Amino acid sequence: MLLIGAEDEEKWLAEGIAGVQHNAFYLHRALDSNNLRDALKYSAQMLSELRTSKLSPQKYYELYMRAFDELRILEMFFKDESKHGVSVVDLYELVQHAGNILPRLYLLCTVGSVYIKSKEAPAKELLQDLVEMCHGVQHPIRGLFLRSYLAQISRDKLIDIGSDYEGDADTVMDAVEFILENFTEMNKLWVRMQLEGPGRVREKREKERSALQELVGKNLHVLSQIEGVDLEIYKETVLPRVLEQVVNCKDDLSQYYLMDCIIQVFPDEYHLQTLEMLLAACPQVQPTVDIKTVLSRLMDRLSKYAASSADVLTEFLQVEAFTKLSNAIEKVIEVQVDMPAVGAITLYVSLLTFTLRVHPDRLDYVDQVLGACVKKLSSIPKLEDSRATKQVVALLSAPLEKYNDTVTALKISNYPRVMDHLDNGTNKVMAMVIIESIMKNNTCISTADKVEVLFELIKGLIKDLDSATDELDEEDFKDEQNSVAKLIHMLYNNEPEEMLKIICIVWKHTMAGGPKRLPFTVPSLVFSALRLVRQLQGQEGDIVGEEVPATPKKIFQLLSQMIEALSAVPSPELALRLYLQCAEAANGCDLEYVAYEFFTQVFVLYEEEIANSKAQVTAIHLIIGALQRMNVFSVENRDTLTHKTTGYSARLLKKPDQCRAVYACSHLFWVDGQDGIRDGERVLLCLKRALRIANAAQQMASIARDSSGPVTLFVEILNKYLYYFEKGNKQITAAAIQHLIELINTEMQGDSATSDAFLASTLRYIQFQKQRGGVMGAKFESIKL
Amino acid sequence: MNFLIGAFKPACNISITFSDGKSRKQVPMKKENGKTIMVSLFQSKESIAGKVSIEPLQGKKIEHLGVKVELLGQIEMYFDRGNFYDFTSLVRELDVPGDIYERKTYPFEFSTVEMPYETYNGANLRLRYVLKVTVSRNYGGSIVEYQDFIVRNYSPPPSINNSIKMEVGIEDCLHIEFEYNKSKYHLKDVIIGKIYFLLVRIKIKNMDLEIRRRESTGSGANTHVETETLAKFELMDGAPVRGESIPIRLFLSPYELTPTYRNINNKFSVKYYLNLVLVDEEDRRYFKQQEIAIYRQQDS
Repeated sequence: MLLIGAEDEEKWLAEGIAGVQHNAFYLHRALDSNNLRDALKYSAQMLSELRTSKLSPQKYYELYMRAFDELRILEMFFKDESKHGVSVVDLYELVQHAGNILPRLYLLCTVGSVYIKSKEAPAKELLQDLVEMCHGVQHPIRGLFLRSYLAQISRDKLIDIGSDYEGDADTVMDAVEFILENFTEMNKLWVRMQLEGPGRVREKREKERSALQELVGKNLHVLSQIEGVDLEIYKETVLPRVLEQVVNCKDDLSQYYLMDCIIQVFPDEYHLQTLEMLLAACPQVQPTVDIKTVLSRLMDRLSKYAASSADVLTEFLQVEAFTKLSNAIEKVIEVQVDMPAVGAITLYVSLLTFTLRVHPDRLDYVDQVLGACVKKLSSIPKLEDSRATKQVVALLSAPLEKYNDTVTALKISNYPRVMDHLDNGTNKVMAMVIIESIMKNNTCISTADKVEVLFELIKGLIKDLDSATDELDEEDFKDEQNSVAKLIHMLYNNEPEEMLKIICIVWKHTMAGGPKRLPFTVPSLVFSALRLVRQLQGQEGDIVGEEVPATPKKIFQLLSQMIEALSAVPSPELALRLYLQCAEAANGCDLEYVAYEFFTQVFVLYEEEIANSKAQVTAIHLIIGALQRMNVFSVENRDTLTHKTTGYSARLLKKPDQCRAVYACSHLFWVDGQDGIRDGERVLLCLKRALRIANAAQQMASIARDSSGPVTLFVEILNKYLYYFEKGNKQITAAAIQHLIELINTEMQGDSATSDAFLASTLRYIQFQKQRGGVMGAKFESIKL
Repeated sequence: MNFLIGAFKPACNISITFSDGKSRKQVPMKKENGKTIMVSLFQSKESIAGKVSIEPLQGKKIEHLGVKVELLGQIEMYFDRGNFYDFTSLVRELDVPGDIYERKTYPFEFSTVEMPYETYNGANLRLRYVLKVTVSRNYGGSIVEYQDFIVRNYSPPPSINNSIKMEVGIEDCLHIEFEYNKSKYHLKDVIIGKIYFLLVRIKIKNMDLEIRRRESTGSGANTHVETETLAKFELMDGAPVRGESIPIRLFLSPYELTPTYRNINNKFSVKYYLNLVLVDEEDRRYFKQQEIAIYRQQDS
């Protein structure tokens, strides 16, 4: 009997429908001929089809709907006394003569609804009678459908009664009482379905039950539609009664559905005013009930309500919504010991969302929520469940999203404590979220304390955590570290002392991160420090005594430590660049000794660490550029450095590189500006040397490739000549230029095919200068093309 | 042939009419041949008056030894068919011996007749009232005509009418408490009550309330009892749980009930019972029977 095939069910349904149709046919005939007796007989027979126990709820519903449609027609007939000649009072008795209870009660409800409408008897008594008589059907499915029919057929009358019929409170209460009673009984039947049948069909039964939940919930829906149900009635009668039923039925499916139903059908305002009562029911439900979803939805609704208008916010404060919700959640978590961590955290997320929406100004609330979450998290082992961690991330992200100013989040003392409970991966994700938030909002973190807190928060990115054994994805790692680097630029305070503190803190943290991270973070930090240096330099006038901690010297010491740390990586090229930056900054501060020291470091690096010839070329050019701008050095120091530089330039591997480095060196001897060095002699020496090298390069090229290479190098040197010529270097004469041009032309003849664009435009430039007239034109006059 | 037919036909037509026949209430009565006819309704201590008219067939005269009308109250046992026991017998002589040539009408009256028992048609017996007109003759046999009428007696509402309340059960299996609002019901009454389930350990399929009629005839060792179920009224569909209370509302009017008759003329009794039947899923029946008294109430 239990293993009913779907096929059989189809057959039974078809039989049932055929039975209904057959009797409906005769019923229609009876109605057409106004034959009440037959009408009652055939309608009872038709309704007898509903006595079947063989159908699943879905199939039963189909059958029920067929019968329902017929009953509407019958109801119309009952309504019209002129057709059957029996008063509704007598009709009400007459239908009760039916021997079978189910048809009897369907007919009774049908007549009852007509009776109520006729107002020949007090609606209250009739309703009471109907709901009471329905007790006779104890079979869950049949009972549910019968009562659902009762609810359906009485619905419009109830709404009328409750809303505008009489208008006085008593009538409203009658309607409410009726619905509550019917609701209670329906729920009992619904719950009882679960108990029927052996355990192995439990799942199927649960599915069947879910299909029927709307029948039960419909009652609540009707209640919510009755206008007369004001807050008072809701608070005093409706909610307590419904909740009593919810709690007492001890059925998880029902409890979950009904709680949700309550939340969805009644107005937000009511929920707010009855929050305590509603929440008190939550810890009382079965431990298997997914109460977190229910509560989440409630909070969601309430927060939307709060957002709807500013006026309602005061109500929230009045009823202390937050405190109540918070307590309720705590209680639920306490009672439902088996609730997985994810559940508890989801609850906190909802509460937090609620708080942020409703009380954005109450940071203490946020902190309180997080604190509660920490408490919960510390009672369980580290999170393994990915869903749970996801929720924690959501929990932590919510305040960041809400408060555009990330600093606000830093004030929340429990924030880092929550983060502690995340696994490393998630911790990093969270740290990234925080950084992104800062970047997005362009938030400036301006105090050392905050920086300390922030770095504590994102420590997952800053250093390897104890158990970091996992394989890191290179890309991810880069992204993360780049973010940290970006973040460092957001840490800024106008006050040098504070800024120095910030830098020190960041340095302390980054140092802990190990060599892998330094190449990413150190440059940011260095530039951040250099910015401070420049700032101090700008305020030079205010520099007072040695006590001021934030002196450039001190910073340079720190900088040098930082860059030195890079040697552990090792990353000499980066270190070299940073040293040069520092040297320039020191130059700006007029600290010759410091600048010299930095340059020393540069050369040490160049000599010891940079072996790659390409890297060397780049390094040399960088050094030349930097050195050229230095103006703090004494003559001897400068000589030492320029000498070194030119020496290294000439010792580069490739000839063209050599050539370029050497002519670049010429700039070291010719600095524009008031007191710049202008050693034309040595400039010329450099250029001549470059020419020699270019020649050698040209020869080597012709030997190697059997053709002379391009004249680019010569042209480049020509440009240098022109530059110095214009600048008024006496050693550079028009004749020398003339000579060089001829040399180039000679070279070109060997390779006539290609006309060099660079050369062409250089010559055009000379032409232009010649024609310009004035001092410059006169100077160029002697050059012949 | 006319002659022959005439020989077997009664020599006259006899008709009995009640003087207030037009205004008197008529009720249906089922005859032995299954047909239903309408007959006049009386109650005890009413006067029964009317006319008997005798009309001889065309051109015939009736020689008789006298005409009388009898009012008979009879009980007929079906196992002893044709044998009537008259518990009431009243006679009025209508005519002295003589001849009747043409239609002749005799008025008669039985005043304030005691008719303590009601007309009853049962399974094993019937009780009837009849007016019997006899035209006695020397030869050819007497000519007899009957006119049935029905007697119903009304009772005032009982001064004491307690409810029936009882707790019954099978240990550790089923305990119920039921209540019927009265112990005495009139024929158009409605039984109101409820069944309260104190303990349910069996899977009940449904519950019915039956009205049973117990007709007992004879006495002592010869008592013969016939029980009929007149109503089967479903009270509950499905299995209740502990604490459920199921309402009862049973209208009696649709059923053909009679008042309770106790020891009518030492011949028979008719009693009524309410039988509460619970059926479990294995179709086992659990029942409890309670007698109720039924009386006839004067229509208001």
